[in-house]
Order: sequence, then C-alpha cells, then structure tokens
Amino acid sequence: MIRAGGLSLRLHPRTGAIGLVLLLIALGVAFVNLTTGDSPVPVAEVLKSLAGKGTAGTDFIVYELRLPRVLVTLLVGVALGASGAVFQSLTRNPLGSPDFVGLTTGAASGALIVMLITGGGGLRVGAGAIIGCVITAVAVYLLAFRRGVQPFRLVLMGIGVSALLEAFNSYLIYRAQLNEAIAAQVWLIGSVNGRGWTEVVIVAVTVVVLVPLILYYGRHLKVLALGDEMAVLQGVPVERSRAILALAAVGLSAGATAAAGPIAFVALAAPPLAARLSRSPDAGILPAAVMGAALLSAGDWAAQNVLPSDNIPVGVVTAALGGLYLTWLLLHERRGARA
Amino acid sequence: MTEARLRTEGVTLAYEKRVVAENLDVRIADGSFTVIVGPNACGKSTLLKSLARVLKPQAGAVLLDGQAIASYPSKLVAKQLGMLPQSPIVPGGIVVEELVARGRFAHQRLLRQWSPEDEQAVTDAMRLTEVSDLADRFVDELSGGQRQRVWLAMALAQQTPILLLDEPTTFLDLSHQFEVLDLCAELHEQGRTVVAVLHDLNHAGRYATELIVMKDGRVVAQGAPAEVMTAPLVEDVFAMPCRVIDDPETGTPMVVPADRHRRRSSRTTEKAHA
Repeated sequence: MIRAGGLSLRLHPRTGAIGLVLLLIALGVAFVNLTTGDSPVPVAEVLKSLAGKGTAGTDFIVYELRLPRVLVTLLVGVALGASGAVFQSLTRNPLGSPDFVGLTTGAASGALIVMLITGGGGLRVGAGAIIGCVITAVAVYLLAFRRGVQPFRLVLMGIGVSALLEAFNSYLIYRAQLNEAIAAQVWLIGSVNGRGWTEVVIVAVTVVVLVPLILYYGRHLKVLALGDEMAVLQGVPVERSRAILALAAVGLSAGATAAAGPIAFVALAAPPLAARLSRSPDAGILPAAVMGAALLSAGDWAAQNVLPSDNIPVGVVTAALGGLYLTWLLLHERRGARA
Repeated sequence: MTEARLRTEGVTLAYEKRVVAENLDVRIADGSFTVIVGPNACGKSTLLKSLARVLKPQAGAVLLDGQAIASYPSKLVAKQLGMLPQSPIVPGGIVVEELVARGRFAHQRLLRQWSPEDEQAVTDAMRLTEVSDLADRFVDELSGGQRQRVWLAMALAQQTPILLLDEPTTFLDLSHQFEVLDLCAELHEQGRTVVAVLHDLNHAGRYATELIVMKDGRVVAQGAPAEVMTAPLVEDVFAMPCRVIDDPETGTPMVVPADRHRRRSSRTTEKAHA
C-alpha cells in the first residue's frame, strides 16, 4: 500500500515487484536485440548511438534497422497484454482473448483485402487491419447481443465468427497470385521483421491514447468481475464502463495487428502468466502489459538467434510457445474456466 | 405518516414479458427494520432488486429522496444504499479480505484508492460478521454459510444508511441465522434502515418493526407485525391454516401451522363446498 498525503494506492507488494522485474526483462532483452543481428554492434557503440554520439554507420543500423523493430516489439507486446487482460476480465474467461474472439482474424481479413484486392503498402495495410478489426468487433457484439451481452455467449460467437473469417482469408489467399499469396501468408504469421517508423507510430499512438483510458477504467474491472448485479450495487456505471473498456481493448488489438500482423497467443498468455507470478487472482492491466512486452521481446530474440535459419517471424515462436501454454491451460486451469 | 427516503411509485416489474408486479406502491419507512414476506414467486425479491436499481421497472419509478433513483450517478446511490443479493458470482482465486475490500469501491477515487477509513470499514465489517479469521482464505473454498457471511461483510463495508438483504439467512445454521438477524437489529438500532426478504415468518415476527406481506405481485398488508400477522392473513396468503400465538420468549406474533390431519380435513371441506 502506498500513501502520500491525500493520495493512496493499494498495491500487492509482490505484484509491484513482479511488474518491475518484468519491465527490466523487457527493456533488457530489447537492448540485447539492439546489439545483435546480421552485423553485431558492441554495447558501448549502441549506447553512444542512443546518446546521439554514434558514428554514421552504427546510427544507421540502430536508428533505421533495429530501433523501430525493437520499439514495435515492445509496444505491440504492451498493446496485446493490456488488451488480453481487459478481454479476459470482461468475458470472465481465460479463452476470451482477442485472438480467440475473432478480432485478430478480422484484422487479418481487412489487411488481406488491402494486400490482395485493392493493393497498397504499409500504412494502407495497417488501416485495413484496423477497419477489419473494428467491423468484426461490432459484428461479434451484435450477434452476441440478446438482452445485454452474456460473456460466455460473446466468446462462443467470437469463435464462430473467427472460423468464418479464417475460411474467407484462406479463399483470398487461394485466388491470389503466387508471389502475393506468399507475402500475405508471411504477414499472417505475424512478424516484426523490417518494421519501420510508420509501424512504430501506428502502435505508439494507440498505446499512448488507449492505455491510460484502460488504466482509468481498469479499476472497474475488479468489481465487474463480481457480476453485473454486484457491479451496479457498488456504483459502477456498468454499460458505459464495459463499452469503453471493450472499445479501447479492440483499438489496442487493432493497432498491434496493424503494425505487426496477427501475432498469436501473447494476448492470451500474458495476463494469466503475470497473475500467476504475482499470485493474485487478476494481475491488473500494467503487469499484463509489461509481461506482453517481455514475452514478445524474448520471442523476437529467440526468433533471431535460436534457430539456424535467421530472422524467422516472431509469430512462429509465439505460436509454438502458445500451443504449449494452451495445452497446459486446458489441462490445469479448469478452476479458472469455471468461474 | 413517517418519512420514506426510498419508495416505489406505480412500478411495473417484469423479466422480459413475464410481469411479476404491476402498479406497485411501496414505502420503506426511514429507520425501520422492514421485512418482506410472501410465498415463493410473489415478487418479493424482484421488488428488492428494483429498490436497489438492479432491475429497471418497465413503468413507474423507484424514488430515492423524491427523485428517480436511475437519474443519480451510480456511485452516489452506492454510498446511500447497499444490497446483499441472493446468489452473487464467486470469482476464482480471491481471498476473503480482498472481496470485502471491493465493497469500498464507491468511496474510492482514482488517486485515493485506499484510505484509513476504507481499512477501518473492512476490518469492522469482518469483525461484525465474524469472518476476520477467514481473511486469508479463498472465497470459493468456503462453506455456504461462511460465504454468505463474507458477502454480508462486503455489503456492510459499503457503509450505507440503507441496507437491503435478500434472504440473508439462507445457508446458515440456526445459531448463525440468529447472529445475522441480531446484527441486522443492531444496525437498525444504530439508525440504519434495514430491508430484508425473509422466508421464516417467526423470524419476521420477532425482528421486523414493519412487515410487508406480498402475494401475486401485490402488497396485501403492511404494518407492525403484531397488527398485520393474523391467522386469517397467513392462511389466505400462504394457504396454510395456522394459529398465531405470542412468542413465549419475546411476546411477538408466532405462527404455528395447524396439525396435518386438521389441515387435510379443512381442505376436504373446502372441496365439498366448491
């Protein structure tokens, strides 16, 4: 608990410590990623460059090649972690993350339409992803709506819509030219390879605008978790606060997908992992967000360094780790799923 | 007539199209210990939910201090009025103290999330409901009776002048039933308005200062138990022939159901007449 004058916050000391450790891990791995790659740059040189005293050569490698990628990785991780935390809490379901309720698939549909039909580069693909994600969110919400939205119904509808969109995406790729199809398929894996400042800006704007909004309304999540009736009794404006939280989480998910493609499982795994580490029922938004950043940074490091064929997309790593996590979740987390 | 901060004005209460009560006027006298009784499905819990603004009436309005309760900011109402619902969702992995602390939401602000008053309110509420020893236990591992007292502690932590309780004695053994009722009586004596839905007429007769008797979505009687609770009324409302005698312990009205054989014979006579 922290108290200073009229200001007081209630923090589990363990949650705070875990959050700090995760933040240090995320930043540490991100820094390592700045130094490694096709042409390794010594730590001292990277630091010089970051301080604005580097040589033209290292400046180019750091600022043009690696820093945007590292920033996209961190910010996408933050966006996915926070978005997953909000969705899992609102749906009261560990499977209620954006990649399961169809949002990521919808974003992919939007991006594929731009890549394969209308044509266009980075920014337009990003816009397509955001529009696709938002349309899917609205569609899932409307389909699940029957005298208000039951969380479980929302998850089931999301899984159904997700399956339909998968089919649509496969169809788009099937009818495309071979080289376009390959590019689209690579995008669908989710990657931070070759991401530049455009993508940094896309995801940074969504994070800077939406994360504070989510943190403000995030206090309501703890009471919303007790059911709508109890939340009303405690004085939460249920409909408004849920709508704002859900829209902000959709926005984060859309921004992340626009910048890096549909990276699997980070949104699903980051919040419960953070919660387990801090031994609290719901870790809260910030720990989930830094856990997302740490996971994705570590994943990108592994993608670049563990396998001999360098620069595999980070989405392959997260999908592999996520598959293991999901198996474990389904076997051991029955308790959580029941609530 | 006594003042009533909380009342309904011509409310129609319904779930979807199933209307439970129509054009209902109920006044909750300030400072009373009001008990609502009635047979199953008579609308008593529904009425309580509408008073707590959990259920929006299809017509009419619930008024708090003369103004529609729906027109106030939600947090403002939550400082005036709290409720113990019938079967709240138990979230997994949460310990008792943390759950009770969530009852302080309405008193907290973004930068003032845990004040000494919050701490005190939670400690007091847990002491009064005798769950202090359970503070670090997981709520989903408690027995039904322990859990019921934890929910009550959460409602108490909210520290509202008006407290609504939907069947607060369910899941409790005999001694805990009376401890909860005693606690309600103490809260009432401290000046709070307490409204409870109870099933046991003898609890109602002993503890209520004001009794509301409902049947088929209507209020059929309201007043002090000694005046309201009569044998003909109980027989009419609950279809149960009985005698009403003075409780030997407190002198309050006590319902003694008629013997099985006499009840059967009274039913056969009814049929013969019909």
